[in-house]
Amino acid sequence: MSDSPEHLVKSYDTELKKLRAMMAEMGGIVENQVALASLAILNRDTEAATKTVEGDQRVDALERDIEQFVIRMLALRQPMAADLRFIIASLKMTGDLERIGDYAANVAKRSIVLSQFAMPFPLTGLGQMLRLVQEQLKSIIDAVGAGDTDKAIAVWRSDQAVDDLYNTIFRELITYMMEDPRNITPCTHLLFIAKNLERIGDHTTNIAETVYYAVRGEVLPDVRPKGDTSAYAVVHPKE
Amino acid sequence: MSTTTMTSSSVPGASKDIPASVRLGRRRHRVNTLVKTLCIVATALGLVFLASILFTLVFRGVGGLSLAVFTKSTLPPGSNGGLLNAIVGSLIQTVLGTAIGTPIGLMVGTYLSEYAAGSKLGDAVRFVSDVLLSAPSILIGLFVYALLVSPFGGFSGIAGCVALAVIVIPIVVRTTEDMLRLLPVALREATVALGAPKWRMIVSICYPAAKDGIVTGILLAVARIAGETAPLLFTSLGNLNWSLSLGKPMASLPVTIYQYAGSAFEDWVQLAWVGALLITFGVLAINIVARFVLRGGK
Amino acid sequence: MQVRSSSVIAEPRIAIGDLDFYYGEHKALKQINLNLPDKQVTGMIGPSGCGKSTLLRVLNRMYDLYPGQRAVGKAMMDGINIIDPDVDLNSLRARIGMVFQKPTPFPMSIYDNIAFGVKLHEKLSKAAMDERVEWSLTRAALWGEVKDRLNSPAMGMSGGQQQRLCIARTIAVRPEVILLDEPTSALDPISTLKIEELIDELKHDFTIAIVTHNMQQAARCADQVAFFYLGEMVEVGPAEQIFTAPKEKRTQEYVTGRFG
Repeated sequence: MSDSPEHLVKSYDTELKKLRAMMAEMGGIVENQVALASLAILNRDTEAATKTVEGDQRVDALERDIEQFVIRMLALRQPMAADLRFIIASLKMTGDLERIGDYAANVAKRSIVLSQFAMPFPLTGLGQMLRLVQEQLKSIIDAVGAGDTDKAIAVWRSDQAVDDLYNTIFRELITYMMEDPRNITPCTHLLFIAKNLERIGDHTTNIAETVYYAVRGEVLPDVRPKGDTSAYAVVHPKE
Repeated sequence: MSTTTMTSSSVPGASKDIPASVRLGRRRHRVNTLVKTLCIVATALGLVFLASILFTLVFRGVGGLSLAVFTKSTLPPGSNGGLLNAIVGSLIQTVLGTAIGTPIGLMVGTYLSEYAAGSKLGDAVRFVSDVLLSAPSILIGLFVYALLVSPFGGFSGIAGCVALAVIVIPIVVRTTEDMLRLLPVALREATVALGAPKWRMIVSICYPAAKDGIVTGILLAVARIAGETAPLLFTSLGNLNWSLSLGKPMASLPVTIYQYAGSAFEDWVQLAWVGALLITFGVLAINIVARFVLRGGK
Repeated sequence: MQVRSSSVIAEPRIAIGDLDFYYGEHKALKQINLNLPDKQVTGMIGPSGCGKSTLLRVLNRMYDLYPGQRAVGKAMMDGINIIDPDVDLNSLRARIGMVFQKPTPFPMSIYDNIAFGVKLHEKLSKAAMDERVEWSLTRAALWGEVKDRLNSPAMGMSGGQQQRLCIARTIAVRPEVILLDEPTSALDPISTLKIEELIDELKHDFTIAIVTHNMQQAARCADQVAFFYLGEMVEVGPAEQIFTAPKEKRTQEYVTGRFG
């Protein structure tokens, strides 16, 4: 995004740099939030969970700051072409990042409840999902900073895998709930957690589409691969 | 973003030396006053001379003003003559001279400005016109003498008109060209862009737009020829009798003044002063009238 | 609300092909290929000296006034090449009108200003001329302001009014194409916007080409935008595309203010 010459008005470049820095900061914080939430679930780490919930304030504040800054730049600079696309993209991405932050905090809150329950079933699916979502998030935040559309396309395609994992976990959890009514409370929470992770994946994909448009000036040609079939899922009891 | 503030340390060569700036300021003020005084003195000098000329004219001339000046022709000294034939002769020759010279001057000026700007022919024409402008008028008189007087065996009023016309032409050429040149290019282009042919642009747009300047030029020419004596000496010669014929010598005020002023006769000298007064105030009147006419036309 | 149309579908009113232009020996325009779509606004942008005004002035053969300026190539309108020396310039200029940067009212009354151009090409009765004058002034959004003083001198109007008078004068001869050479750069912002509104309405009946060094104006007014640099046309496309996602790097740099 910045291989072209500098603006004739240097303060314009300074503002664009500041916007990039704010986006990078928000990206970093949100990445951290998701990592902490992951620790909270897998390691039953209540301290991590508390940190996540508190950290969400900073994410919300940054989103407001970036939004204000974008409006200011639109009014005062009348940006064109790539500058315009970048500035609008920042506005969209900050919204997506803020939602991801919210979901991470929600996951952390639920992990505190979960820590009171014994869960005699494996959480490998969830662990995989957590790992995948974090990888995607890291990748896309790097792509935003570098203007890397190849990474963006890769992330955009990999949402399918996240959706598949969610479908599997959905069925798994229903099975556990059918086996033993004492599992219902923890499994319900886990269901919500899985859904939140799936939504994080969706927002990450949104960011990928936005990055692509900002850099290339075109919208991604294909239809987004949508693999979440849980809306149609029916699980029959074994008997 | 924050604005940069200019401190005296960021301006090169600045220092906080108050006395020097005050000194320089005082010096500038002194020079200013000196120049202003010189200008006023020069203006006053000019005005003094002008005023004294006018005063002398009025003082010497008013005494000789009477109805007879305007009703009787020139008569031998001592016969209480007037200046009627000279006045009428001057009017005829000035008007005809202007009438002949102005159209020619206009067309040449238009040609130089609109059709020949930058061409070699245009440069040559302009050069000749400028030379003619500053040529001694006696030479012009001699030229017309050789052309219209000696081949025809006699002085004539029309020769006088032609001589005056030759003086008018370069003046009108110069002012016409200059006034047309002053018109903005955008005005011409706007006219042409509507589909107007060039002559139409010149006649309908350029002339009206430059009208004031061109008329001023013509008036300058009139003022100039009203007082010309030398060319008339060799062409219309002057006529002590009443005559309106262009084929015969014709009287004019400047020539009559020339004849009367150097004479030994009191009344003739007096009439000469009256003549000078008439010419001066006549030209003044033309200028004033023209100014009002132009202002009214706006 | 009418959305600006894309340029690709409309018929070109003027098709410029392989056009070169010379000021003496200096080549100011190089192989220009540009279509001006019918009844749309084409904006021409670019830094100073890029040739955009030069191109505009080729279209109504303004350069004919100046020896040493010549054009080579094609500018086709209804099968006639505008560049062709046999073309009747006066009737060409009746079909292609031009408004200049500096408002140039003629030294006559407002009525005569409008009538001047019409009289060059048509013989109209007094009633018909009155009607034409009223129509032109109405289309130029000036009628209301001047209808009671049609015989007063045109020089007495404000800058914005004078420029609208020049526009009225140009449309009075019922041209097909109107060329605007930086029409608002000498005017204040409100007059500028009034004239931009005028352009929006005029394009229903006339094909318009506007040269402007104000990119925002091109963004507001034009359907199609052409970017010129050093005598070449770098890129042309719908205004939306040029200002959101231009294809050429140089266009991008100019449009975002990175030109160095």
